[in-house]
This record gives sequence, structure tokens and C-alpha cells, in this order.
Amino acid sequence: MTAQPTWVPRKRRGAEFFLTILAVLIGIAAYCAVGLGVKGSIPAGVVKLAVALIAFAVIAHMLVRRVAPYADPVLLPLVLALNGLGLAMIYRLDLGRTEIDANRQQFANSQLIWTLLGIGAFAVVLVVIRDHRRLQALTYTFGFAAIALLTLPLLPVVGRTINGARIWVNFGPFSFQPGEAAKICLAIFFAGYLVVKRDALALAGRRVLGVDLPRGRDLGPILAGWLVSVGILVFQRDLGSSLLFFGLFVVMLYVATERPGWLVVGAGLFAAGAWFGYLAFSHVQVRFDAWLDPFGDPDRNGQIINGLFGLAHGGILGRGLGQGSPQLTPYSFSDFIAASMGEELGLTGLMAILVIYGLIVERGLRIALTCRDAFGKLLAAGLAFSFALQVFVVIGGVTRLIPLTGLTTPFMAQGGSSVLMNWAIIALLLRISDQTRRPAPEISTFEHDEETQVVKMS
Amino acid sequence: MSELTLTLIKLGFLAVLWLFVLSAISVIRSDIFGTKAPAPAGRPQAKPKKQPAKPRQKQRKPSRGVPTKLQIVGGPNSGQSVPLGEDPILLGRGTDATIRLDDDYVSTRHARFASNGEQWFVEDLGSTNGTYLGSQRITSPVAVGLGIQVRLGKTIVELRK
Repeated sequence: MTAQPTWVPRKRRGAEFFLTILAVLIGIAAYCAVGLGVKGSIPAGVVKLAVALIAFAVIAHMLVRRVAPYADPVLLPLVLALNGLGLAMIYRLDLGRTEIDANRQQFANSQLIWTLLGIGAFAVVLVVIRDHRRLQALTYTFGFAAIALLTLPLLPVVGRTINGARIWVNFGPFSFQPGEAAKICLAIFFAGYLVVKRDALALAGRRVLGVDLPRGRDLGPILAGWLVSVGILVFQRDLGSSLLFFGLFVVMLYVATERPGWLVVGAGLFAAGAWFGYLAFSHVQVRFDAWLDPFGDPDRNGQIINGLFGLAHGGILGRGLGQGSPQLTPYSFSDFIAASMGEELGLTGLMAILVIYGLIVERGLRIALTCRDAFGKLLAAGLAFSFALQVFVVIGGVTRLIPLTGLTTPFMAQGGSSVLMNWAIIALLLRISDQTRRPAPEISTFEHDEETQVVKMS
Repeated sequence: MSELTLTLIKLGFLAVLWLFVLSAISVIRSDIFGTKAPAPAGRPQAKPKKQPAKPRQKQRKPSRGVPTKLQIVGGPNSGQSVPLGEDPILLGRGTDATIRLDDDYVSTRHARFASNGEQWFVEDLGSTNGTYLGSQRITSPVAVGLGIQVRLGKTIVELRK
């Protein structure tokens, strides 16, 4: 008989355990190497860090075993490795920056606390959301939540402007970037909305130059998405988030409708927005000039030039952890952490990090491919793509492939909201993949069940 | 700390980093092969076919071959059937349904049968009373083989040769 479930459910938690051990080992080894490189001795804080990292790994691993036993086995270790590397690098930059000026703010401890909170968010999402399809019922709630989160920084009392971008809110001693949370809410909203509306968006339209272009009246949603992202650009002066949200929306439209026409329209609108931004805003012009000709004005473009020098200083194998001087670059612990990694780990290390990011994205897209319901498919594809776009925009900006925009390097850069929300994204992806890889409801009438399983397992 | 030790630490760390990346890739690789395995498994399956009268064959044993029609075997419309083609089949009380079911416990657009070319799936379209495979209410598209009974309200349908 041809009708057989074409899926052998494999939990692969053992493989995940092995990789998790390696990931934790990488984090601790990086920390020790930093101490050895900077001071010549293993740092005293290593016990604290090791205990914390092992505790995080054990908690996360046991939780996955417990509530999402069929979830993807490599996502969690990959993320733990990135987080451990980030912690070590932030500690290294703390050491370097206090060498220059003893009063500089230190970030290693707060980052460790944020990682703990991130694991907390991961646990809460995995435990509370037992079935991602429940989220579909809350489509418009998440849409409004996203808009509310995006307007929060513009409000007079809580909103705060840091480095020219008004993307922060203050709650007492804590400052938070609501844009990171808005990203998840928007992905859920887009997925829920497009599942319902995609037929209308996909079926009507006319063909121009071999590309199916959508009808004028169907352009409404994409124009709205464009306006929202331009609004972010205008009112919050945040180039990165604006690009991220628009890219997320266009790609989710494309995935939902399978029509490349949306990509053409999206690219056109993006070009128009970029041109408009370039003409209207001085800070966008500064970024463009720094991209095209950084050495024309070395004083103003010091940061990006420093980053490039750092990468060159690192070369193929890097200076070794603790032996370069990445602390000379402004914001080397957040925006420019990729350049710091490149200086100390070299091209070899930076490539490994990029491959880890690539694997995370690949797993996300694979979850989208194998997912059986349309909402989960779109959500996983959207989350994976936003992750990919974010990494591309940040590391592309640091390496001067594209103009530099302010987005965080997921899991590595210093910054609480980013770590927290990225852990939540991973929890969502694990939830969807658990749902996807779980064996289908038992159907009792398969006569050859045992035999086939024996064949499959060999 | 001597220069040599630091260089060794540096190279060792890069090696461990890549070891991690490569082992993650190898896990993914075997994962992919794990899911591909059913394709060749289809052939060995053909062998047991030739030994008739298997002791544990059940009454509702799925017959082999490709389903050609969707038969209603229980409920008010019992006896009706619809030939299977390329197109999905909509079941419900509405006028756009492929088979209009006269069953009060069935929703207007209740469930859909669709094929991916080699395999038929049943998907619940958000019906009030649900679509059941055995005692399991289905929440996502589920593959159905020949002779497997799917229940919608009081109606029972199955794929037949």
C-alpha cells in the first residue's frame, strides 16, 4: 500500500545533549582564554560563569526533553554556543575598556543576568504555548501589541533617545528596546493575517515582463507595511528596524502567495524609501557616505574604520582571545561585536560564527518546510528570515558590504531586550518543530507497521 | 604566559569551535537521511504482499493500491461516493461542497480531502464538531490510507479502490 506516513519520528535528544556539552565547553573555554590572553591567568569569575552556563544548559535541555521532546535537536546548542561566545567577548571588552579608563561601565554581569532572563523567557514560552496554532486566534491582538510597542518609545515620559535613535523606553532603572518584542508580535500578526488573506493576494493580478504583479487594490497591506516602516524611520530615526520590518513583511507576503511579483514591488518600494531617507535625513546621508568612502572623513567615520582595521589586524587566524585591541572601537561590545570577534578569532572564527547563524536560519526554514499547518509554516519562515536579515544587516554593515545600521547581533551583542526576545524566538521555533516532528495521531489499521519501522531504522 | 602557549590556545579554541560546527552539521545530515528513509522502504514492503493470509490481518485491513473514490459508509448520505481526481474534495453541508452532507452535526465547510500526488490527506476546516480518525480529533492535515475511516459528525467516509 502506498499510503504510509512518510515520517519516522526521531527525538534525537541524545545528539542535542552531546552538542550542548560542546557548546557550554566553548563558552567556558572562551572565557578562560580571555583571562589567559589579557592577564596571563584564568579569571576568578570563571567558576560563576561555568556554573551559570551549565545551569542554563541543563535547565533548557531538561525543559525541552520534558515539554517539547520532538523539537529540533541542534537549535538549542547553536544558540547556547553563540551566547557563551558573546558573554566571553563582552567580558574581554570590559577588561580592555577598563584598561583605557577605569570608570567605564562594565557589561559582563548584566549580560549574564539578561541571559538568565532570556532562558526564563524561553522556558515561559515553551511551557505556556503548548500549541503554536493557539496564537492564530490572537492575530489582531498581536498586531495591536506590535503597534503599541512601536509607539511606546515616542511617548513623552517613558521614551528615551540614545545616540539619536528614539527606540528606548525606561521603566525605573531598566531600559528596554520594544522593537525587539514588536518583531515577534509582527511576525505572528503577519502569519495569522496572511493565512486568511493569501488567496485574494495570490490569485488576482496581471503579468508584466514575465512577472505576476498583484492588482492595485491588493497593494493595500503592503503599502500599510511600508508606511509603518517609513514611520519608524521618520519618527524614531531607526534605519535598521525599519529595514527589518519591511523585509519581514515582503518576504512573508512572498512565502504566503508564492508570487515573485511581491518581491519586485517590495524592492521598488524599498528603493523609493531609501532614496527618500537619503534626501530627507542627514543621519541617513552620514551612513551612506561612511559606507561609500569611509576614509574621506576619518574623524567622523572612526568607528567603521576602527572596525575594518580590527578585522584586518585579525587576519586569517586572529590575534587570539584577549590579545587584540577590539576595545578601541566605539560600541565594540554591541554593534561592532562581529568586528571584535573577527579581530580576536580571525576569519576562521568569524566564519564559524556565520556558519552557526546560517545553521540556525536553515533549521528555521526547514521547520517551515516540514510544518503541516499554514500558520506555523509562515510563522517559522518569518522568524527564520527576520533572523537571517538581522544578521546580514549587522555583519554586512560592520564589514562595509552595506551601509551600517543599528541592529543587534543576535545572542552575542550586549543588550538585554535583544537576548531576551531572541530566546523567545528560539522557543517558538522549537515549539513549532516539536509539533511538526511529533508522530501523527495513532491510526490503528496499518498492517505492516512493525516491518516498515525495522527497515527504516536500519 | 609564553607566546607558544597562547598560540596553541588560540588554535585549539578555533579547532573546538569548528568541531562544534561540524558535529552540528553531521547531526543535521543524519537527521535528513532519517526522514528520507521511507522512500526505499516502500519497496521491501511489497514482499509481504505476496504472502496472503497473514495471521494478524484485521477485518478493516487497508487494501493495497491507489484509492480511486471517496465513499460515504455511514450517516444520512451513506452509499454516495465521489471519484478522486487531482482536485481537493470539500465535505460539508454547504452548497459548494463536493458532496452535500445532510447531517446536522456537520458544519457548512467541514473537512477537505487533498492529495499531494501520491498520498491523500484529510484536513479539518475549523468545523464545530471536529473530524475524527478513530477517537482522535485531528488538528492538522493527516495522511489517510485506503479503508481508514474518517468521521465527520455522524457521517463516516473512507477512501476506496
